[in-house]
Formats: sequence, structure tokens, C-alpha cells
Amino acid sequence: MKGTLLFNALREAIDEEMYRDPLVCVMGEDVGQYGGSYKVTKDLYEKYGEFRVLDTPIAENSFTGMAVGAAMTGLRPIVEGMNMGFLLLAFNQISNNMGMLRYTSGGNFTIPTVVRGPGGVGRQLGAEHSQRLEAYFHAVPGIKIVACSTPTNAKGLMKAAIRDNNPVLFFEHVLLYNLTEELPKGDYVCALDQADLVKQGSDITILTYSRMRHHCLKAVELLEGKGIEVELIDLISLKPFDMETISKSIRKTHRVIIVEECMKTGGIAAELMSLITENCFDDLDSPPVRLSSQDIPTPYNGNLENLTIIQPHQIVDAAEKIINNGGVD
Amino acid sequence: MNKVMSNNQDKTSQDPIQHREHADRLSNLANTKPAEINREIGLNLFKDMTLGRRFEDKCAEMYYRGKMFGFVHLYNGQEAISTGVIGAMKRKHDWFCSTYRDHVHALSAGVPAKEVMSELFGKETGCSKGRGGSMHLFSKEHHLLGGYAFIGEGIPVALGAAFTSKYRREALKENSDSVTAAFFGDGTCNIGQFYECLNMAQLWKLPIIFVVENNKWAIGMAHDRATSETEIWRKASAFGMSGEEVDGMDVLAVRGAAQRAIERARAGEGPTLIECLTYRFRGHSLADPDELRSEKEKEFWAKRDPLKKLKNDLTNSGLVTDEELKNIEKEIDLEVNDAVEFALNAPEPDPSELTKYIWAEN
Repeated sequence: MKGTLLFNALREAIDEEMYRDPLVCVMGEDVGQYGGSYKVTKDLYEKYGEFRVLDTPIAENSFTGMAVGAAMTGLRPIVEGMNMGFLLLAFNQISNNMGMLRYTSGGNFTIPTVVRGPGGVGRQLGAEHSQRLEAYFHAVPGIKIVACSTPTNAKGLMKAAIRDNNPVLFFEHVLLYNLTEELPKGDYVCALDQADLVKQGSDITILTYSRMRHHCLKAVELLEGKGIEVELIDLISLKPFDMETISKSIRKTHRVIIVEECMKTGGIAAELMSLITENCFDDLDSPPVRLSSQDIPTPYNGNLENLTIIQPHQIVDAAEKIINNGGVD
Repeated sequence: MNKVMSNNQDKTSQDPIQHREHADRLSNLANTKPAEINREIGLNLFKDMTLGRRFEDKCAEMYYRGKMFGFVHLYNGQEAISTGVIGAMKRKHDWFCSTYRDHVHALSAGVPAKEVMSELFGKETGCSKGRGGSMHLFSKEHHLLGGYAFIGEGIPVALGAAFTSKYRREALKENSDSVTAAFFGDGTCNIGQFYECLNMAQLWKLPIIFVVENNKWAIGMAHDRATSETEIWRKASAFGMSGEEVDGMDVLAVRGAAQRAIERARAGEGPTLIECLTYRFRGHSLADPDELRSEKEKEFWAKRDPLKKLKNDLTNSGLVTDEELKNIEKEIDLEVNDAVEFALNAPEPDPSELTKYIWAEN
């Protein structure tokens, strides 16, 4: 097969950074001998040994806190959440320690850590394994939040996250690991704080991230067939938002839809809408619209699961209504 | 030891909720070998403990005078533990991790009293630049990993520092032998992180000492009302770890236990759980009305004041004179008064720097 699978792109990034800097290490459940549940750390245990690729007991709270202590004393740990949902158990360490400690210590310590793993709604994994924790962690000060969406940005962002001196929550999507793409040659990094202008257009801006980028791409194709030119932006950075790129696009199109997999209440779009209202109000010809998941635990049943998250046709409908009627209602 | 074991068996067969009181345990300690000290060490221990005591007394005064705010937890009565453990370790080489009751651990680690006092006054000259406060003292220079305000959250952080030490030795082949001491109380020994970290520390033979300051009370919850097995040091054996109980009011006993643990840790033999039987002479915090602890109990422990004990040990052994100790007390009082003067006159943080220190870059 031509190209690189997304999980292998992540693996390459971690491998290259571990080779480059002996202080970079990985810790988490089944990251070592097993190679990671989604094989993101495959073969690294053999290559770097048991201390640099540390298989931990099932103790999210404590091994995440251990990463904080290791980072405070000079290491650059990458913590794998086998499923990002499990990190609810480490909420205290991520919030109180990873996020706040540099500030409360008056700059005494830095916490160069990456917390990464699969999030999002998969295929019938049930409510607990289908969470979108980026929204839950959004209010925590002092952490950067990024979401990768293609093999190319997965690798470049992972390398940037590892090199960053701040704690970074790095969201992968459980359904994107098998995407394939030819990667740029050589050592490259992607900026953690820059949105990706996926496609230029003049009629309407769509802001999205992670797996929804691909739903949006399908919608963009359908809308093009109807003569509607979409400007598609992958946010990449969920905290802080790249408001420069976002504002520039809205100044051009005067219309915006945010498409997310988060639940509507307290979601990423909720915060982004507020910022757009604060910063771009005069540039808008119609109210900003958000398309979010239902405010419910993700159901197991496949049909119900599909109804829970946004589908491409809903994006098409919303865009058409905004352009033709000035709003979705 | 045998006596203790049989006691335990009686307890399970006849009366599962009867626990041995601290007082009973103190008279039946398994290993009581105290540290041997010379005159210089004796004087240093006395200085450190006196600084801890006088500093905390001054904090109470300043709190009631409205110079410091928030929750302030004083260490009076427990000084033998901070001094006994940290005094046996290497400053700026080993690592120390504390809780919300952290002033004295910071002082023992070498953070200057004026920096700690400034922090309590919320000043820019504080060891956390006035951003942390009483429960969040930090000093990278003095290897103080911090005061952690929530129960148990410091233990994994301390484990991380111990992991770094091991990592440097094993993965980087560096000449690394630093040891980390994690301090926490009896109340913390009922939370998950305690058990999770004991497991990992022993699993990977990490150079860490878990120091339990069992002062019998988690705010208003008596230890034996919260804990099924009250002898915390015994929990080490469930992990195959070395455990030791020690008279936490006797700095030489604590120092002896710490030295044994440090030696094991430096030799790569792994962690130790030390349970220090102690008592706090004040309420949980300065906001605690302290209504539940009996006068009889307080009197029992007042008689075991660790400072008085050390004073007697030092003078009875002929290592130092009363006069010398009195002079030290005077010096310490001057140091504490200087710290207050310094803190009172120190600048407030600059409002333009409100958002500084969020990110690593500024």
C-alpha cells in the first residue's frame, strides 16, 4: 500500500523524537510489549527499552501524576490514554498539576508533557468509550489542546507537541487511525497553534476538527455541485483557537458554521461561537450556526449512534439554508 | 515483633474494630534504633526544628493580625519528621514533596524563611512569587516539588521524580542516585493514589520514601474511624515493600529510620514506607475550632514535645549545653523576625504580570 497509515505517522513522530532526544519517554497501559492498543508505539519497546517505553499498571491518576513529576525533574514524557475517556480518572492531575502547576509555582517548574490517545465516537463502542474530552478539559488553564485529522498533520503535530515545553493534550480519533497518505519527506513539524485552511471558498466558512473534517469534506463536495463555494478550516488547535485565520475567513465569507463531534452544551463550538460573536460580529451577515452532537450518552445501537453525531447531509442542509434564507430556522 | 503479630491475630478473631492506640504502639515499636549523631549534627537538627516551631508560631500570630489569608495549616508537634527525614537527605540533590502542611518541609529543604514568609504574605519575593500561597510552596532551586493541596495528589508527582532518578541511571546510564521523599498524612492513606504509587514504586524499585505523618486526625475524622487497618506501615508488606513504624516525636528515631530507607533507595533496592506516629499541637488549620480532640489526648502528646525531647537528649548526652541551645533559639527568633520584616516590606506582584507563568515561554 502506498502512503503511511495515520497510526504509523504518529509512531514515526514518536520514534524520531525519542531518537532525537533521550529525555523523551512514553508511559501508559500496554504501550510497551503490546505496542499500544492502536499500535502507535509498536516496536518502540524493543528499540528503546523498558524505561523509555514504560508499561504501567492500570492507574491513570497515578501514572499521569508520575509524568508530571518526571517532567518537573527533567524528562519529557508522553502519556498514552489507552482511550481518552480513561483520563477522566486523571482529571485532577491534568487540571491541578499539569495545567496549573507552572503558574502556582510562580514559574519554578515547567511541565513538558504530551497526553495523547484516541477519543471521539467510534463504531458502537458504547457511551464510556465514545467521549469527547476536549470539551471537558477546555477550561483548564495552562494546557494546549490539539486534534489531528490526517496522517500528515498527525506526524507534524505530534513532533511539535513533544518539543513544546507546555503540557499538550493531543486528540487522535479512533476512526481515523487507518487513513493513508503520503507524508512529506524529512523532518517536518506543524505549528500547534495554527488552523489548517483545507479549502478556499467565498460563500461560507465551515470550521471543524478531527473526524468531522472528513464529514465536512463530503459536504463541501456536495455543496460545490450546487454552486456553493465553501471555505473549510480545520481548527487543529482547540486551545487556543487560531482566531487570526478564523476572523480572516469570516471577513471574506460573512457566514460561518461550526461542525463538531462534541455535545452541544459546553462544547468546543460553544466557546468558539462566543469568540466569533465577540470578534467578528460586524462581519457576519447571518447568525453563526453550530452543528453538534446530541446532549446524550452515545447509544450503542448503530442507527441511534449515527443520529447522535452530525452527518454530511446535515451540513449541506445548514449551509444551503444559511445562504438561501439567512439562517437555519 | 511476635507480640505485635499475636495482637493482630487477637484483633481479627475477637474484636475486628479494636485498634491499638498510638500510645500503646509507641511503647511496642518494632525497630527503635535511633540515629547516632555528633555535636554538629545535633545542633543542626535542633536549629531546624526550632526554626520550624518558631516560624509556625509566628504564622499564627500574623494570621490573626490579618497579614496572611486563606487556609493555613501549621506543623507544630510534627517537627521531628521534617527534620528527621530531610535532615538525613542531601539538599539540592534529593527531592522533597509535601502537602498543604508544607511550610516546615520547605524550611528543612533549605528554602529561606524570608521566601516562605513572603509567599504567605502573597508577595513577589515569595518562593512561588505570591501565586501559590500557603498550600503551594515550590522551589526548583531547593528541589521542593511543591505543596499539594488535595489529598494524595503529591504522591504520584513524587513518584515521577523518583522515576526520573531511576531513568537517568537505567536509560541514560548517568551516575544518578537521588532519592525522593513524599510526605503525607494518615488521611491520605485511604485514597487510591497511595496504593497505586506503592505498587508502582515497588514494582520498579524506585528510590522513594513514603513518609506517613500519622497525627491521628484527618481534620475531624479520627484515624481509627476511617481506617480498617490502622497500622499503616503494615500495608507496605502487601506490596512486598519494606515498612517501618517510628516514634514521630523523636527526631533521632525518625532520622534512624530515614537513614535505613535512604541507604536502600540509593543502593537501588527500592522504596520504603515509614509511618511516623505523631500529633499536631494545633487544629487542622487556623480556621479549625478543634472541638473533637480531648484535653487528655492533647496533654499526653504535649508531654512528648519533640523539641523538648531533643533538647533533653542533647544536654543529657553532654553534646551541648543549655546555654548553647538558648542562643540558637535567640538566633532563630531573629531570623523569623527578619523574615516577617522582609515580607512586610516586600513588593506585591505587579498587576501587569497577572497572566505571567501560564506558559513555559514567559
